[in-house]
Amino acid sequence: MTYTALSLTAVGFALVLDLVLLRTRLVRRRVFWVSYAIVLAGQLVTNGVLAGTRIVRYDAATITGLRVAWAPVEDLGFGFSLILQTLAWWVFWGRRSARRAPADVRPAGDGQPSP
Amino acid sequence: MSHLAYLAVLALVLVGSGWLEVLLGVRVWRRPRRLALTLLPVVAVFYAWDVYAIAHGQWSFDPRRVLGVRLPGHVPVEELAFFVVVPVAALLTLEAVRKVRGWPVGDEDDGRPR
Repeated sequence: MTYTALSLTAVGFALVLDLVLLRTRLVRRRVFWVSYAIVLAGQLVTNGVLAGTRIVRYDAATITGLRVAWAPVEDLGFGFSLILQTLAWWVFWGRRSARRAPADVRPAGDGQPSP
Repeated sequence: MSHLAYLAVLALVLVGSGWLEVLLGVRVWRRPRRLALTLLPVVAVFYAWDVYAIAHGQWSFDPRRVLGVRLPGHVPVEELAFFVVVPVAALLTLEAVRKVRGWPVGDEDDGRPR
């Protein structure tokens, strides 16, 4: 598979992970898109430096050749997938621990601890 | 450019996001168990992708700009660091946005059935 195809596949996999497998549904939340916009700004700089200074070099046969801030456009899919998968797992584990221990952290009824 | 070039980029990401934990009081590094559980599947997927891409020559690394330490699958050690530092930066960003704007993320224990 080319980097182009892998990049698109990775975006699709992250969406399936978020919406179907973990059911975190982050892509339907404002907090995700605002966070992603901030991270994207950083990614454009990081990818741009790594590709622009040729620390990382890409085989021309595996990419479209379209570049965004010196980096292959495919890096955007790679980066989006990395971020969405990470945030989805983070929320998944946070949700699990919130579900498991609500009685321990939330006062019951009148807020007095049980004897 | 030196052998530290790639590492220097990662150090900038680490510092550029790390202040959120220290100054804004966002807790990501200080929840190591949840962080480890989050990073494990992500690192596994992207490490495997890296091995594939390197094996097929889709991308390569300038030997003058990396430390030269290669992990299994010829993955430069900087790549493994990338798969930790960048996700942590994203987590710090998410938690910072939640803290500043008060928007729900989906893991809040509000007592209601989901």
